[in-house]
Amino acid sequence: MLVLLWQLGSRIAATGTLPAPLAVLSVVGAEARTGVLFVNLAITLARVAASFVLAMVLGTALGVAMGRNKTVDRLCDPLLIVLLNLPALVVIVLAYIWVGLNEAAAIAAVVLNKLPNTAVTLREGTRALDKNLDEMARVFSLPFGTKVRHVVLPQLAPYFAAAMRSGLSLVWKIVLVVELLGRSNGVGFEIGIAFQLFDVTRLLAYALPFVGLMLVIETLIVQPVEQHVSRWRPPHGA
Amino acid sequence: MELKISIARKALRNASGQTRVVLHDVVFSLRQGEICALLGPSGCGKTTLLRIISGLDSDFEGRVLLPSPHKIGMVFQEPRLLPWRSVAENLRLVGASSENDLADIAAALHLSKHLDHFPGELSLGLARRVAIARAFAVKPDLLLLDEPFVSLDAALAACLGRELLALVLKRKATTLIVTHDVDEAISLAGRVIILSAAPGRLIADLTIETPRGALTAARAAKMKDAILSAMANPSS
Repeated sequence: MLVLLWQLGSRIAATGTLPAPLAVLSVVGAEARTGVLFVNLAITLARVAASFVLAMVLGTALGVAMGRNKTVDRLCDPLLIVLLNLPALVVIVLAYIWVGLNEAAAIAAVVLNKLPNTAVTLREGTRALDKNLDEMARVFSLPFGTKVRHVVLPQLAPYFAAAMRSGLSLVWKIVLVVELLGRSNGVGFEIGIAFQLFDVTRLLAYALPFVGLMLVIETLIVQPVEQHVSRWRPPHGA
Repeated sequence: MELKISIARKALRNASGQTRVVLHDVVFSLRQGEICALLGPSGCGKTTLLRIISGLDSDFEGRVLLPSPHKIGMVFQEPRLLPWRSVAENLRLVGASSENDLADIAAALHLSKHLDHFPGELSLGLARRVAIARAFAVKPDLLLLDEPFVSLDAALAACLGRELLALVLKRKATTLIVTHDVDEAISLAGRVIILSAAPGRLIADLTIETPRGALTAARAAKMKDAILSAMANPSS
């Protein structure tokens, strides 16, 4: 259906604005044959993975610390608000200027964009922890590891899943901008080249496989994980 | 194990900053294996007393002496089960030792069919039984029960009461049961401690001399009269 609309649109639009699906597909094929497409996809995916994991780990640590400790919360809250509202572009450009045009700066810029979001979500989760269950764990003197694994983490899981969901989409958007501005490979860089040449066919040939890849990750990893952590919930809410 | 409690004063602060004394001069001790019922009007600080003994509340004047090491089994007013773990896992997590013990406890509380269920799938009565099973499963030497049989039907409550007695006799667990049911207190406990209305003071400490099980209806009725009159005249 979508492809049909696209085909129709390409007929109506001026040449060069919206290429036909087949034209895009042939470019995808050509790029795939030389291997450039896969190299770029892999590089971008590696950046997404690295910055996503870093942002989730650091953001979770910060969020839990802020949720548990009022002093930490008061100290870090202004910084969090600034980071939340600072345009992604500012962070990226500053990172490149201060750290240099390298991989570390690229990853750091993405992490800084995603981290406040994770921290805020996990802070809410930590504040919402059930006091009654915590008391139960204390009376029965559950070991720390058991308590974290069976009492605390299941309560944080929905917040973690929410942060993961919004995080993945945010990270992949920002990784492309970071690549466009200061890296010489990856999907974002290729799209930047396509932009300079006004080559919409090439642009779509890189954008679409990446969208496909993200869909696969979503259905094969994110959704099963979410289903697993919420399997104990009765089917109709209750 | 022996339990020595001496609380001079316990105050709670409410949201607007006012303090309210909830317990005042509560001093008693329990011998190992003794089953004691704690009676008193609602709001007299029974639950607060249990929280102090279990170590959940340490903001009070006085002291509570528990020998160490000790293992506490507690039944809260609400079941407080982990909703994301099955009944069996809830029992295992607190330290239900062997699978045999687990099966025994589940059978005693008629939970064998429900071991694989999640707490959300249970009725409140069943969930309460799981909470009692959990308190048994840790093999406690101190059992603290906060109105454990409330909202259960009389037959089941009596049955659970018998299970509780059997366990306590086997394990020699020192037991403190908060209840507002005088009959339940007499049928389960060897001793009844009565607190006054807030702030809770100790107004009576009655021992049921007759060996458990040999209590005749007449003696039970006499005991009940003694308890009720103590509760009616807190000053005496």
